[in-house]
Amino acid sequence: MQAVFFYLFATIMIASAGVVIFARNPVHSVLFLILAFCNGAGLFLLAGAEFLAMILIVVYVGAVAVLFLFVVMMLDVDFAELKQGFAKYLPVGVGVGVVVLAELGFVALGWSSAPSAVDAAANPIIPQMSNTAALGQILYTKYVIFFQASALVLLTAMIGAIVLTLHHKPNIKRQKIDEQNARTRENVIEIKKVPFRTGV
Amino acid sequence: MLTIGLTHYLVVAAVLFTLGVAGIILNRKNIIVILMSVELILLAVNLNFVAFSQSLADLTGQVFALFVLTVAAAEAAIGLAILVTFYRNRGTIAVEDINSLKG
Repeated sequence: MQAVFFYLFATIMIASAGVVIFARNPVHSVLFLILAFCNGAGLFLLAGAEFLAMILIVVYVGAVAVLFLFVVMMLDVDFAELKQGFAKYLPVGVGVGVVVLAELGFVALGWSSAPSAVDAAANPIIPQMSNTAALGQILYTKYVIFFQASALVLLTAMIGAIVLTLHHKPNIKRQKIDEQNARTRENVIEIKKVPFRTGV
Repeated sequence: MLTIGLTHYLVVAAVLFTLGVAGIILNRKNIIVILMSVELILLAVNLNFVAFSQSLADLTGQVFALFVLTVAAAEAAIGLAILVTFYRNRGTIAVEDINSLKG
């Protein structure tokens, strides 16, 4: 049963990754990227990393992929023009792909682990504990510095993204809150004594 | 074939990594697809971390994958923000046109 789901998730993930890089329309690329991430989350589940699978769905499908979709749809770019060099780069791309795959294949298939590696585990998985609880137990104790550092990375990214994209257009009427608060009765209202039947 | 071991995961991750690298080269002009290829590569790396974590019964790999996810999210946000700013200033996102720093 596990094997069936493994092959299902792996096949769909690789196929949709292929569509991501070969699709003509970037919107299709983003949608198939979402499909690839969903199937990756399935593979994480099969490997016993339940928390990471859920995080992958929430962070990637929910945030990053939607961000990509926003940007692709917001920019008014002629994507057909960007696709033009595709045939020119095809031999190089396939060549590099074959070389990288061969190298990784040699490593992945001709690789063996030291027998004592399992005993040397820094944080052994305890079968009685759920994956999320176990991750929390070490994340907030042993790796708390790294946890804080990653929070700092996210804060920097958030501020950076806001600073980069925020821009003030000139010549637009805006509310000036400080000026509004600084108004007093004296410099706003002028009382005039108007003589009867003469006007101002 | 029917018992799924570490090697199965490694092969799947290797194929995914290769697709990501090939995507960077094939879509040399379109920086959005390049960013998506980088996300694919990071997913392959995370798959390796999780597979080794399961195989060695060690949670450290999952902790590391969590940090990789964090950095990937930050990278996507900053990259897309730079892209939007660049498009606003120059009206194009073709990679060849991004050469104002060349001097």
